[in-house]
Amino acid sequence: MAATALSVNNIHKSFGSVEVLKGVSFEAKSGDVISLIGSSGSGKSTLLRCINYLETPDEGQISVSGEVIRTVKGKDGKFHAADKRQLEHIRTRLGMVFQSFNLWSHKTILENIIEGPIHVLGMTRKDAIGEAELLMEKVGITPKRDHYPNQLSGGQQQRAAIARALAMKPEVMLFDEPTSALDPELVNEVLLVIKKLAEEGRTMVMVTHEMSLARDISSEVIFLHKGLVEERGAPKQMMRDPQSARLRQFLQMA
Amino acid sequence: METISNVVGFLPALIKATPLTLLLTAVAGVFGLVIGTLVALARLSGRRILSVPAYVFTFAFRGTPLLVQIYLIYYGLGQILPGTWVRHSFLWPYLRDGLWYAIFALSLNQASYNAEVIRGAIKAIPRGQIEAAKSIGMRSSMILRRITLPQAFRSCLPVLTGDLIILLKTTSLASTITILEVMGTARMLQRQSLLIFEPLIAAGIIYFTVVFILTRVMGVVEKRLTRYRTAKA
Repeated sequence: MAATALSVNNIHKSFGSVEVLKGVSFEAKSGDVISLIGSSGSGKSTLLRCINYLETPDEGQISVSGEVIRTVKGKDGKFHAADKRQLEHIRTRLGMVFQSFNLWSHKTILENIIEGPIHVLGMTRKDAIGEAELLMEKVGITPKRDHYPNQLSGGQQQRAAIARALAMKPEVMLFDEPTSALDPELVNEVLLVIKKLAEEGRTMVMVTHEMSLARDISSEVIFLHKGLVEERGAPKQMMRDPQSARLRQFLQMA
Repeated sequence: METISNVVGFLPALIKATPLTLLLTAVAGVFGLVIGTLVALARLSGRRILSVPAYVFTFAFRGTPLLVQIYLIYYGLGQILPGTWVRHSFLWPYLRDGLWYAIFALSLNQASYNAEVIRGAIKAIPRGQIEAAKSIGMRSSMILRRITLPQAFRSCLPVLTGDLIILLKTTSLASTITILEVMGTARMLQRQSLLIFEPLIAAGIIYFTVVFILTRVMGVVEKRLTRYRTAKA
């Protein structure tokens, strides 16, 4: 029985009067790949962003390898992180890959990758560069080492962003629609990297529109609809034989 | 012909005064940048106790002529300070000198302009840049130091350079409170030689030359710092 790497418990989130998440829970054991699917507005990206508190959940708990992000109730009746330092530490253990890459535009690819290891983890520059070189090799961007992000294609930028996240040696990787901003011919190179990570047994949670990716690498697929889990299960089973009408409809359109 | 030789004759004295003009520019430039950055951050902080004073500061200093500020600070503080403990402190020999009042006024004025430029540049940074830094566990002071400010300064560098050049020329107002920088010296030469135009023309040549050099230097700095935007694939 693998240990629980990430547990998401009863997450609620509203933006103004719109309740985007109405109590969502799931758990990822070490080595699991969880795919969050659903139509736009279903709350899947918000859910992912709640995991590392880029959005602060109004209610509910996140825990990483058993350590709960401590929260306290504010004057507005909503919860927020109680201890910044603890949150920052937990964030170092969660690697995030964004839809729009978000590489730091004023730093080269190498500088982007070693930034966190040196300045957050306190590694020496030499060690950080050594590891960065291995990661760049792994995602296939070694020739772009001293280039700036705007000199790279979207696919290259996203692979560099994955290397940047991996450089922190995270326990869980979070992917927020990693291929949605890419030109169709660039999607595949990024999917290959993500597949490779899944095969290595990395724990990952991803929001994706790539149904074939979700089917191929997920241990569990979670279908969100209007801020609630509508259906969940093993990918092949779920896609072959969807139980809910909503999922059936969604799969037909995808 | 005589005019030209007169102008040339004034140049050595004005060149001698140039370091003082450069000192005023450099000191007020640095203080203006530091104070301006702090004011910009205060305005963006979202805490009224910081943002309101910062707003009032920029509003007041941008809304009044620098000459008025220099006079008020020089004559105003010059009148108040002797009545206080400062009169008997070790600082007093320095505080009698108009130079400090000029630096004080120029720095604050420069800060008010820089603050608005920097504030705009910070606000224009895409949110994803900050989120990426948060997501790897950076604390906010580090995000500010390593991501926000470096990006903000790079993007507003051309405007800051422009403001620095304006500052260089504005230091000539310091001559109104007895400081013998380039303009002050030119006025002194006018009185001594009873010539009106020649010292001014010579001063103009000096300012132009310094601005020209400064522009070229900043051009190189700018090019280096913004490689990330202009580099070809």
